Amino acid sequence: MAIDQDTVLKVAHLARLHVSAEQSQALAGRLSDILNMVDQLQQAEVDNIAPLAHPLDVSQPLREDVVQPADLRDRVLPLAPASEGSCFLVPRVIE
Amino acid sequence: MSAWETVIGLEIHVQLATKTKIFSSASTAVGAEPNSHASLVDLAMPGTLPVLNREAVNMAVKFGLAVGAEINRRSAFERKNYFYPDLPKGYQTTQLAEPIVGTGNIELILDDGSRKTVRIHHAHLEEDAGKSLHEDFHGMTGIDLNRAGTPLIEVVTEPDMRSAEEAVAFARTLHSLVTAIGICDGEMSQGSLRFDVNVSVRRKGEEKLGTRTETKNLNSFRFMEMAIKKEVERQIDILEDGGSITQETRLFNGDTGVSRSMRSKEDANDYRYFPCPDLLPVMLSEEQIIELKNSLPELPAQRLGRFVEQYGLSDYDARILSSDLATSDYFEAVAERSDDAKLAANWIMGELTARLNAEERSIKECPMSASHLAELIARLKDNTISSKIAKQVFEACWNGEGSPDQVIEARGLKQVSDSGELQKMVDKIIAENTTQAEAYRAADEAKRKKMFGFFVGQAMKASQGKANPQQINELLMKALEG
Repeated sequence: MAIDQDTVLKVAHLARLHVSAEQSQALAGRLSDILNMVDQLQQAEVDNIAPLAHPLDVSQPLREDVVQPADLRDRVLPLAPASEGSCFLVPRVIE
Repeated sequence: MSAWETVIGLEIHVQLATKTKIFSSASTAVGAEPNSHASLVDLAMPGTLPVLNREAVNMAVKFGLAVGAEINRRSAFERKNYFYPDLPKGYQTTQLAEPIVGTGNIELILDDGSRKTVRIHHAHLEEDAGKSLHEDFHGMTGIDLNRAGTPLIEVVTEPDMRSAEEAVAFARTLHSLVTAIGICDGEMSQGSLRFDVNVSVRRKGEEKLGTRTETKNLNSFRFMEMAIKKEVERQIDILEDGGSITQETRLFNGDTGVSRSMRSKEDANDYRYFPCPDLLPVMLSEEQIIELKNSLPELPAQRLGRFVEQYGLSDYDARILSSDLATSDYFEAVAERSDDAKLAANWIMGELTARLNAEERSIKECPMSASHLAELIARLKDNTISSKIAKQVFEACWNGEGSPDQVIEARGLKQVSDSGELQKMVDKIIAENTTQAEAYRAADEAKRKKMFGFFVGQAMKASQGKANPQQINELLMKALEG
């Protein structure tokens, strides 16, 4: 299966990655190679096998519902490019 | 009748009433300083890993059991990728292909007493996002991540509702169910229950569904009803003018009653879901499910049936009184102590609800205790007071003047049932109103009825409302027609 440059640019935009026109051409080729390999995998007979959600054959351990202190404001707010009071600040988001 | 049929499906975000977040041990309590309940996991610090909250899983299963749904012994988390500042990971951890709760049903009782079943498509576990604050940050947006990671179940219905009223009835039924089983505090104003409504219209008789729009984040029943009605009108206007509906997400402003387009709905692929490698599949054992099933309290629908059966209430009364646990408990306490379920129901749905609504209080904040209301009803029944006086006593008890018996005593409100005393009163009234009495005796049957009211009024006035109305009627009748 081949992937074209437009698809590369669309996926890059969704992932907020900056990809130039030249890069997109090279990436289209490499991603197509990966998809070709997936095509090959698709030919395997898997009709009677349940889909795998995780490679490990174990299930999720669960945590008890007990509160631990989590006030990290003094340490994390200074890491942000901008903050005010107890809030992080970001460029205005209009809904 | 309109030539159009409305089709509504709902997606409801139910905030689970756990103490901690779905994937971290940070508190879910509301009202804290911004970002003071945000752990490294909630802040999406690199290298952190989520650990699933057992209680969130249990609550999701309880919901599934309460709507008779398939409980999936195995469910799995996926990542829904999108960028928004209140979601610092860049993806929401949610379930898609393998949700924890499968298909189920919720039965509604509509206002006309008819019943309707709405099918649940599935319900899945996911995390809530933080909050974006648009005020007071001089052109910037403030981000508070206290809510980020609060556990939710998203309940998705089939498009089974056919009017705004049905959608609201569903919303109320769901609200009463999730609060009854203790998985959600039900505080709509805090966003504990948020509704997304998918609305489309089609010509009556048409099988194919019309193009739908989604109106997001409605957090009151009233807004929901308004938003649906407006959207139906909007779509019909467009279609009747020969236009077509754009599939899009809309935002509804409850203050202005106007909705606007938010963004055209991206195709689902844009979220690039994939299995979350940080979380293992969730496995449920039969014992765990049985244990949770046994822990369920009486459900509102069961309670409704019991109220009809045990107390002889009508479907309508039973529905109102069984809708939430606090109201049900209050009703049962009054019914049992007063030994009169019908009067208990009437007082609670009438006087009490009117006062609560007027003062915008919930039944939990009711100043009149169930035992006081029961005592009041008992005094009515044993003829200590008339129903007119009962309203006065109710008022006094509401205002904290003590128990009904104390109020009746202190204000001297005991009904006069002493026939000697009442007879004297009647004789006096007739003597003072000889003209009216003669007119009454001369009048024909039809007119007499109306004229009789005058004498009753005089008697009530003379006794300050305390005369036993039945006795007064009998004595007056005898004196006038004697």
